Amino acid sequence: MNQRYLIPLTAVFLLFLMAYIGVEGLGLQVVFGVIFPYLAVLLFLIGFVKKVMGWAASAVPFRIPTTCGQQKSLPWIKQNTIDNPNTSAGVFVRMVFEIFLFRSLFRNTKAAFNRNADNRLSYSWEIFLWVGALAFHYAFLTVLLRHFRFFTAPVPSCIQFLEYIDGIVQLGLPGLFVSGPVLLLAALFLLGRRIFDAKVNYISQAADYFPLFLIIGIAATGIAMRYFTKVDIIGIKELTMGLATFSPVIPEGVGGLFYAHVFLVSVLFAYFPTSKLMHMGGVFLSPTRNMANNTRAKHHENPWNYDVDVHTYAQYEDHFRDKMIEAGLPVDKKE
Amino acid sequence: MSDELTPDEALDKIDYSPRSKGEPSNWLDTTKSVQIRPGMYCYAAKADSVNTLGLPNAREWNPLDDDWKLPEDWKEILHNGIKERLERFRTFKVFMDVCVRCGACADKCHFFLGTGDPKNMPVLRAELLRSIYRNDFTTAGKIMKKIPGGQRLLGARDLSLEALKEMWYYFFQCTECRRCSVFCPYGIDTAEITIMGRELLNLIGLNIDWIATPVSNCYQTGNHLGIQPHAFKDMLEFFVEDIEDITGVDCTPQFQKKGADILFITPSGDVFADPGTYTCQGYLILFKYLKEKYGLDVTWSTYASEGGNFGFFTSHETMKRLNAKMYAEAKRLGVKWILGGECGHMWRVIHQYMDTMNGPADFLEVPVNPITGTRFENAASTKMVHITEFTADLIKHGKLELDKSRNANRIMTFHDSCNPARGMGLLDEPRYVIENCCDNFYEMPPNTIREQTFCCGSGAGLNAGENMELRMAGALPRANALKHVHEKYGVNTLGTICAIDRAALSTLCEYWVPDVEVAGVHELVGNALILPGEKERTEDLRMEPLPGVEEE
Repeated sequence: MNQRYLIPLTAVFLLFLMAYIGVEGLGLQVVFGVIFPYLAVLLFLIGFVKKVMGWAASAVPFRIPTTCGQQKSLPWIKQNTIDNPNTSAGVFVRMVFEIFLFRSLFRNTKAAFNRNADNRLSYSWEIFLWVGALAFHYAFLTVLLRHFRFFTAPVPSCIQFLEYIDGIVQLGLPGLFVSGPVLLLAALFLLGRRIFDAKVNYISQAADYFPLFLIIGIAATGIAMRYFTKVDIIGIKELTMGLATFSPVIPEGVGGLFYAHVFLVSVLFAYFPTSKLMHMGGVFLSPTRNMANNTRAKHHENPWNYDVDVHTYAQYEDHFRDKMIEAGLPVDKKE
Repeated sequence: MSDELTPDEALDKIDYSPRSKGEPSNWLDTTKSVQIRPGMYCYAAKADSVNTLGLPNAREWNPLDDDWKLPEDWKEILHNGIKERLERFRTFKVFMDVCVRCGACADKCHFFLGTGDPKNMPVLRAELLRSIYRNDFTTAGKIMKKIPGGQRLLGARDLSLEALKEMWYYFFQCTECRRCSVFCPYGIDTAEITIMGRELLNLIGLNIDWIATPVSNCYQTGNHLGIQPHAFKDMLEFFVEDIEDITGVDCTPQFQKKGADILFITPSGDVFADPGTYTCQGYLILFKYLKEKYGLDVTWSTYASEGGNFGFFTSHETMKRLNAKMYAEAKRLGVKWILGGECGHMWRVIHQYMDTMNGPADFLEVPVNPITGTRFENAASTKMVHITEFTADLIKHGKLELDKSRNANRIMTFHDSCNPARGMGLLDEPRYVIENCCDNFYEMPPNTIREQTFCCGSGAGLNAGENMELRMAGALPRANALKHVHEKYGVNTLGTICAIDRAALSTLCEYWVPDVEVAGVHELVGNALILPGEKERTEDLRMEPLPGVEEE
């Protein structure tokens, strides 16, 4: 068996049990309901800021955008202003597409090779990773924003509107929020890819499986609470509002499943800044995407540019003068 | 050549499923079994060349030996080198942190497509270095290595000799073509990681000779082949004789002429190796035409006689040292601006690095084409124009008399060179020139051209003879697309604007698509251009009968 996903799977399961037993058996509601969440948010904020500041502290000495279309050149040649922008406005549009629509991933292709008379390499559009990733991220975002109703009173109208849209498919009682199952299914799809696609399996580390299992665990516990075990929602809001207003309270009657859910979320938050999940911040800072392709048109400074040894023309001529004169090449010094 | 694989044997080896090859399930395990295999690597840098440049640890060594004669404190040197580069390059730092291993890049690399070697997946090439980075430079790494099995969970490993050898092997199996970066959702550019990796390897004297010796030659002599000034002049004069035989016109160029309008710099591959030489003849014919018709004064220089910058494959510093000659010579000669020939990585350096490294070139003028009046706004600061931009402008304004029928035997397709395509976006200019010099033009399939173009497999200093198996495998995706248009439209000529392409693709065509020739875009211009006072041409620049002539 593959320990690269078995260990993370076991770890997530143990984390779940830890919280569940910790609350149900040992009565550690304060630890899992107050201390860990605060600690996690703190670690998340400090870690995230530190990481981004660390990146920002490094220089961008050269402008090296990856250009994916025609450059701006002669007036009659049509430039691709989005994929090969030469202005900040173009860069902005490129980044918006990149961040909100995963444009580069949208381009993804799949290569295949047929060993036959043709020996043809063929490329087909590979849309599933894009669909999976987009569904995963948007569902996650929706779920996250939806949760703000637990931390706000009154609930802002934009959150209420989001809930309305999310619940527009009227199914069962309580009404179904589409984002929940979509998040779970998308995460399962991404996990399936890692396990069953030979190439992706080969490159995957435990650090790739762990957050997936964590998120699957979070989504599953969340869905279980909402649709199946019917937790005490008033109690939960009491607790979350307590956290949000920095006057924590532990209500009666909220079970271990809720604390396990919160604990998994806390682990995800704390883990975030030290992991690959930081791509969330990194995508904004990627120098191949967020710079204009105007390197020949405008001068850019390299903050650490230093002088180097060069072989000067004078040295060159000194070395070859006789041969140059003999060949009739012009020289600066005749002797 | 007998120890080389036949195309059939090479094709038999291709399998994109890492598991089926008996690869260990975790690539972190494989460092001890790194097999540096002849045919897949280039010879080690010669001590002399490393010495000339004053780079560290010059010595004779052999990658096949156990002992690479490294300096005693090599780990410390590399550690400090990584640290320094993390601060100097945001690209490096961000790219070390943000990869999610989604696999979008996995089947984009021509070396992976041609060999099926899982470590040629761009993500894994980067992970080789990233695993060291995680281990030594991240908080998680520092904690996890204290826990038994923690390194494995994190995908981290110690900087061991095996890991170093593996990095050397695979960083010199990357042509820095950037195709993977087009598909990466975070724009992670494996070329950038390879560039850092190679810089680091250079700190302990681990380069390949096909890079180190050209760099040393460029530095000393001005061009990568070490052609001395008088010989450089001789070579161009040899072309002049050929052109005179073909056209009856003397196209003798000028050298180091002070006060000329334009300094012209092209890769020395164009001066030295077929079929680049025909492209070079095309330049000579064009400049003669412009001189006669419009009085344009173009000069060549034997000092700045290399556009190609092999320093780019060594370190940023070496790149700057070689590139400096272009501005120095332009300043000394007092030209207005610089025109650059058809070359791939030369143009990436000019476009993305030169102005920042060695500029601002305020002693030059913003390039204006004196014949058409076009101001090259996109080159306003660097003051260097690509010859296809220049020629396309001339053609658009009707300034060139072209006889397309002389290229009627050429059924063309165009290979976008990686660097101009993905580092500048020079895509339509060369196509415009080709279409105005030739009636028969067909594109290769969309996934293999423009920004998705496939590398020739020999770029970034890997164009040696000893790594032929690697080169042919890397060239397969390009060749496969070419074969498609060869069979479908009868394409017999692959146009390109890169000197390495002209050398490398000729060899790859021989291997994979034997009936296709490689030509630079300005070879077509040279054939089609009607020189004032020329005799009736019967031969093209290759001294083969012009279409229609052979029947008479």
